[in-house]
Amino acid sequence: MSTPADTQLVAQFGETLFTRKKKRSERIAQCVFAVMVACIIIPLVLIIGYLVKEGYSLISWKFLTTNPTNGMRSGGIWSALLGTFWLVGVSLCISAPIGVLAAVYLNEYAKNNWFNRVVNLAVVNLAGVPSIVHGLFGVGAFVLFAHMGHSILAASLTLAIMTMPVIIASTKEALAAVPRQFREACWNVGATRWQTIWRIVLPNSISGILTGVILQVSRTAGETAPILFTGAVFYRRIEEGNLFAYNITDQCMALSTHLFAVKTQVTNAPEALSFAIALVLLALVVFVNLSAILFRSWLRSRKKW
Amino acid sequence: MTGSRSKFSTYGEKAIELLIRMCGMSAIFFVFAIFFFVFREGAPILASKEFGLGEFLTSTDWYPTSMSNVRFGTLALLMGTLSVTGVAMLIAVPFGLGAAIFISEFCTGKLREILKIIIELLAAIPSIVWGFIGLTVMNPLIQKVFHVPVGLNVLNAGILLALMGIPVIVSVGEDALKAVPDSYREGALALGATRWQITWRVLLPAAKNGLLAAVLLGVGRAVGETMAVLMATGHSVQVPHSVFDSCRTLTATIAAELGEASEGSPHYRVLFLIGILLFTITFIVNLTADLVVKGIRKK
Repeated sequence: MSTPADTQLVAQFGETLFTRKKKRSERIAQCVFAVMVACIIIPLVLIIGYLVKEGYSLISWKFLTTNPTNGMRSGGIWSALLGTFWLVGVSLCISAPIGVLAAVYLNEYAKNNWFNRVVNLAVVNLAGVPSIVHGLFGVGAFVLFAHMGHSILAASLTLAIMTMPVIIASTKEALAAVPRQFREACWNVGATRWQTIWRIVLPNSISGILTGVILQVSRTAGETAPILFTGAVFYRRIEEGNLFAYNITDQCMALSTHLFAVKTQVTNAPEALSFAIALVLLALVVFVNLSAILFRSWLRSRKKW
Repeated sequence: MTGSRSKFSTYGEKAIELLIRMCGMSAIFFVFAIFFFVFREGAPILASKEFGLGEFLTSTDWYPTSMSNVRFGTLALLMGTLSVTGVAMLIAVPFGLGAAIFISEFCTGKLREILKIIIELLAAIPSIVWGFIGLTVMNPLIQKVFHVPVGLNVLNAGILLALMGIPVIVSVGEDALKAVPDSYREGALALGATRWQITWRVLLPAAKNGLLAAVLLGVGRAVGETMAVLMATGHSVQVPHSVFDSCRTLTATIAAELGEASEGSPHYRVLFLIGILLFTITFIVNLTADLVVKGIRKK
């Protein structure tokens, strides 16, 4: 039994209708958002699970290290796998130095004026150009104009330009994380700008830059459209087990274009084969990406300043 | 001070600075080079008799290899691109922004970190793998669920593009929400607002430019996507009337036909012109997104 005093207390300090409504809408909002996130994650998990289930049976060391046989209906993926490594390696050699230096310019040298706004805008737009347009550019500039022909070099150059914004963005972030006092201390003892960058800024941000490079590797490995017409070939047999079986002026196979070819151009290819190729490509990209993420979080945890 | 330094270090410094400046400006150079070289391959067709710019932009007849009457109308392809992008955005915008809000406002600590990693991995899946999923998983699924004869259609590609665009929207949107000063949140909390009230009444109005930019970047990504739509749209040139119609996009057309078009032929050149069209569309979308974001920074 509640006394009149109790009722008064409840009226004063208890939940009013307004608070109850407020709390209910809070709970509803939380549930709706959580369901939305689940709607993104669940299909992802299901799809990856399905790919693993369908493709897992074929994957073995032999699958990775033998050439495709029987008109790409059986055998392994060695020439495609090695081709992807070559494309990634060569394009990295081109884009990593230019990208890091571009980021150094944007973070260390560029003043805040209209010109550097245009530079930043160009970086954003370079990232936004459709991949197939990059492919057209590769055909026009490297294959035809520079007479490189269909080659690993032309394809890698195209990929390098396409993925450069990735490395610029992450390097810029890493450079910006180095405290300004580090630079000022270095300038105060008479170091030049470049000496400061070389001895202080870059060593202190090298791990962040490396993360960017790793992310770029994963991006490059998965690209299809830019290499379709610049250096990828439908089928090519190479020496098994030799990492240098390709030459920079050769055409090559790549995992991404191989998956495309097997799924859409090879008739009567076994289903499991294309699933296995997709799984290898996915595993490669996810593994590289995950290692970049773990590397980055490990770095953050042991940051000194 | 410079007098005490060796000649090498003075000149070396200058040389390195020049190199860095050149690399910094390379992005501008590359963007111009892309436009120039694509246009260079496509431009000769503009002067040719069998090609009309009006027809190119407004006709839906795409018969590039017809013997008797070659027609290069890209409107149907453009409509394909727009409809797929539209469906993708209908799905990706609510889910992407919802996920951004959930990650940034409604969860903390471990859960937030894990969700961010998952979103990043979602972004890492190559477009060719998405296309493969569209062909092997979504195609039979759509046939079964909606009882339609063909599962390769606008809906299929739209769902794939939505899943590909969501990470872009989530990460840019989350940055936009993070950019709202904490004092706004604290002020609202002190007045007794719940997190939902803070989000709805304070954060969304404050971050609306950044969120709009996130959506625009998602649109740019969807318009430019190639391999996934090439495999999932069903590849028939027509203006789609419903989400269950097959269609063909601008990007997919280039990817599918460039290999067959002989070098220097009108067909080949028109494909490069489509490249210029795509370049222009994405350029405008990205420029707008950038201006919208810059607008918020100035305030």
